[in-house]
Amino acid sequence: MQNVCPIGTISQMADSVWAPTSGAAVRATTVRPRHSAVVRVTHWITTLAFLALLVSGVEILISHPRFYWGETGNVLTPPLFQLPIPASRSTVPTGYGYVLPDQNGWSRYLHFQSAWIAVLTGLLYVVFGLFKGHFRQNLLPARTDLSRKGLSIVIAQHLRFRPASEEEAWSYNVLQRLTYLIVIFILFPLVIWTGMAMSPAIASAIPAAVTVLGGQQSARTIHFFVSVLLVLFLLTHVAMVCLTGFRKRVRAMITGRPATDMERA
Amino acid sequence: MSTISRRKLITTGLSATAGAGGLAVATRLAQRYGLIPPDGGGLYGPGETLTYAAQRLLTRHSLAREFAPSQISKVPFANEVGPLGGEFRRLQEGAFAGWRLAVDGLVAHPQFFSLGDLKSFPWRSQITLLACEEGWSYIAEWRGVPLSLILNVVGTLSQARYVVYRSIQPDWWESIDMVDALHPQTLVTHGMNGGELPVEFGGPLRLRVPRQLGYKNVKYITSLTVSDSLKGFGKGLGSASPEGGYAWYAGI
Repeated sequence: MQNVCPIGTISQMADSVWAPTSGAAVRATTVRPRHSAVVRVTHWITTLAFLALLVSGVEILISHPRFYWGETGNVLTPPLFQLPIPASRSTVPTGYGYVLPDQNGWSRYLHFQSAWIAVLTGLLYVVFGLFKGHFRQNLLPARTDLSRKGLSIVIAQHLRFRPASEEEAWSYNVLQRLTYLIVIFILFPLVIWTGMAMSPAIASAIPAAVTVLGGQQSARTIHFFVSVLLVLFLLTHVAMVCLTGFRKRVRAMITGRPATDMERA
Repeated sequence: MSTISRRKLITTGLSATAGAGGLAVATRLAQRYGLIPPDGGGLYGPGETLTYAAQRLLTRHSLAREFAPSQISKVPFANEVGPLGGEFRRLQEGAFAGWRLAVDGLVAHPQFFSLGDLKSFPWRSQITLLACEEGWSYIAEWRGVPLSLILNVVGTLSQARYVVYRSIQPDWWESIDMVDALHPQTLVTHGMNGGELPVEFGGPLRLRVPRQLGYKNVKYITSLTVSDSLKGFGKGLGSASPEGGYAWYAGI
């Protein structure tokens, strides 16, 4: 549809659930969806899959909250570090006098099923983004914004908690663009790679995927740190949505209706 | 607007039909080529099936990584198993001379092998990593008879699809498909790090499946049953693991 009519009423109605009434048809040419339907749908599927990965990942982690570097590691070898939390296995020395219940079975089932959903959704999103110019138009920062001056202006605005300008309801600033690009093209690929590098079968098929990282335990440790970065992104992302208008932003990501539409209408 | 809606409706309907049809065809193909795991039903069935099918297509003949002798873990670790029982103790007192491995099911010559028989077979030694689903791991040298050699001796019938193996501990049994059963690194292991296989690591006999996680590497094995289906074993989910909430396929 969008090839035929990039920003007109037709694509709008086809892409979003909030079709304007016929009376709004003239004005609607200016109100394209804030987020395309593919972005909206993949956003929320990824959200659900990520939360499932997080919960199940923490459950798996507490069965052995120790981390190592290299190929191997167990309770008889010195860890790189150990999280100060109780464990779900009595074999791990934690200093706590109790052992949490073992939840690894369903956690592993859920973790891998959610990983499949996240990866397939991510593939759909990336293919769409490449073919429809989503990355080029919405996420690639302009050269001028990447200058020291351009960056310092945006950073100063953030540090002073200046509210977002009207035009920012329609596009992303340079910090948002860089953050999203890092999450999409660095953190997600890295967390998928390190996750698969822990699989003994994948390691047999693609040994370099493990050895390049320094070993199977290194892969596990990197997987943990990248997950922590993704959780930090999630917290920042939700905090910014709250600060800039939770209802408006969430509505834009659900219906595609632009954040300032109410004001304009 | 109504024409657009109709066109949208038709394309959506057609793609939904094509999607459902594609899924049905994919399911049939997956069944024919044995790409659906025995615990492939239920809530987590789709994820399990995708993992097992993808890994089978990718890793059919791949070899588990083997390491240098210098990489062997100085301090390997073994999870404790439940009490081994009087039968085990009795066999242990006799230095496991009376240990028997029964091989039956879809084979031409069902028979028992003593520990001595197995040690007289050609053996293979390999230095591989054992990773537990909990997250810890170690590298050791393992010595044993390739399972494929034993299956050759008893004459596996052509309908064979799985090998079910049981521990002397009554509630510990597992199964693998023929891809893993005939894999050159799948060993009926009787030695470790240059000596006998210690009891805590599964001695006298442990099945090592190095492309799968620790819990598929059953300790104290006493029997192998070749079968064309896993429906008749336990609850029909393939092994004790899914009955306890863990995935049957543990290549991940």
